[in-house]
Amino acid sequence: MTNPILELNDICYSYHSPKGETDALSHISFQIKKGEFLAIVGPSGCGKSTLLSIIAGLIPPESGEIHFPSPEEKGVEKQCCPRIGYMLQHDHLFEWRTIYRNVILGLEINHQLTPEKKERAMELLKDYGLYKFKDKKPGELSGGMKQRAALIRTLVLDPDILLLDEPFSALDYQTRLSVSSDICNIIRSTKKTAVLVTHDLSEAISLADRILVLSKRPACIKCDIPIHLTISGNSPLASRNAPEYQGYFNQLWKEISNENYMQLPQITRPASE
Amino acid sequence: MKTICSSHRSPGRPLSNQEKYEYRQLRHHRLVIAARFLIFAFFLAIWEFSAYMGYIDAFFFSSPSRVALCFFDMVKDGTFFTNTGITLLETVVSFFLVLVIGMLSATLLWYSAKCSEILEPYLVVLNSLPKSALAPLFIVWLGTGINTIIVAGISVAIFGSIINLYTGFRQVDEEKIKLIYTLGGNKRNAFLKVVLPGSIPTILSNMKVNIGLALVGVIIGEFLAARRGLGYLIIYGSQVFQLNMKMTERNIPSAFIVLIRPHLFLNQKPAIFPCRSAYYILFYPLSLIPGFFCTPGKDLFPSLLPALSP
Repeated sequence: MTNPILELNDICYSYHSPKGETDALSHISFQIKKGEFLAIVGPSGCGKSTLLSIIAGLIPPESGEIHFPSPEEKGVEKQCCPRIGYMLQHDHLFEWRTIYRNVILGLEINHQLTPEKKERAMELLKDYGLYKFKDKKPGELSGGMKQRAALIRTLVLDPDILLLDEPFSALDYQTRLSVSSDICNIIRSTKKTAVLVTHDLSEAISLADRILVLSKRPACIKCDIPIHLTISGNSPLASRNAPEYQGYFNQLWKEISNENYMQLPQITRPASE
Repeated sequence: MKTICSSHRSPGRPLSNQEKYEYRQLRHHRLVIAARFLIFAFFLAIWEFSAYMGYIDAFFFSSPSRVALCFFDMVKDGTFFTNTGITLLETVVSFFLVLVIGMLSATLLWYSAKCSEILEPYLVVLNSLPKSALAPLFIVWLGTGINTIIVAGISVAIFGSIINLYTGFRQVDEEKIKLIYTLGGNKRNAFLKVVLPGSIPTILSNMKVNIGLALVGVIIGEFLAARRGLGYLIIYGSQVFQLNMKMTERNIPSAFIVLIRPHLFLNQKPAIFPCRSAYYILFYPLSLIPGFFCTPGKDLFPSLLPALSP
């Protein structure tokens, strides 16, 4: 649990348009240890998704560095960057593919359609109760099932770091609780490192080991709160009953709502500069 | 499950609600088809009756029976099949070339945003050219063979096709493309896994438009530079109109078949086909044949007008 798997140093990012420049991230630095479950919360539109895209390597940061210190116990392959799984807000299962073929999409793209990997996909489908539905089209499944299928699609590539971009926000409350506890269990049991972006404070407290609070745009890290709940077991539902829960909630709420009341003007520098 | 497919119902049950529903649907389809034919029959009857009673001049307007006679003559001496066949061949070749060139160009434009931005005004201008005005140029450049006619057919459909396909490709959800990148894919994967399968409805509707346009182009080409084909028959008929009144009737069969559109049946997918795309791929070429008969009506009547004016 000690060696960091991901290090961000002084990351800055701005969006550019003909009307000017909008700062999204300013001087973000943090580390994630292996096996840690980090939650990132912040006001909406503060650049949380941008941060995930940068970690996933989809967009390069304007300045700053991302390091992936190679895990020492895995000296077998000196990989420069670990595999990163990214789960988007919506499931984006393709209607023209069956659930099984949606799940193996990543394998197809990476030319990893080996019998072992296919077997693994089948196992995952069985574990998460989707085996019966593997030949159905996504339209025939409920929202929670689709989200689980999307998670399997990400997991079957065996990522070292899992990025979750508000993965439960499109679900109704009940499904949301059960899917989030499912996903939490999956992540805990496979000892994955995970970064969860959310706007739901209770979700963040009940799932994560550590919470980063981002400020309004341009986002910087406002505080870094380690979560210690004195409740045995990893069930996120049980976590909500922990005595410390309310304290954390109030602390987070204060940080976030401060931001909202202050309403920093959006900084847009004119293009001429 | 909200959608209940007929294949999922358990056998041996007496008429379930689902079966009643299917029965009602079947009746509905039959009614629609019967009504379509009745309208056609009614039209023929009125036409024949008015010509017979002398309400309309059969010299100018012909009549179904004369048309049928002329049609049988043409079938007997083979002119119908050779002319129809050659036009069909030219149309199908233009159609497939438009499909291939259109898909390749739209793919290229999708791959390179720069390229599409540079070329966009050219595409719009080329698409708005009056293509029929180009046909004489094609004759000068390519002679009077089948090539000219195929090029005329392509020229009418190609630019609109590229624009439509490219627009369809652009409309694919950006987030789905992002998903491909998060799974480690590249632009080629994004195209093959998302853009292409996601654009199938656009491609199919584009094909439907193109077959009609290719036929218009081919007929225009045949008007000017052919010794065979429906366009040639139409022109020939109207030119010898004053000399031989029988020739009027030569025109009518092609106009006539226009009215029969068997491919209306093909719009409904029969239950035996498991998947819609397989059905389209199998039957789309078939629906070309009636589709090919659908449009010359528009070209036929203008071509008769100059003949009628003196």
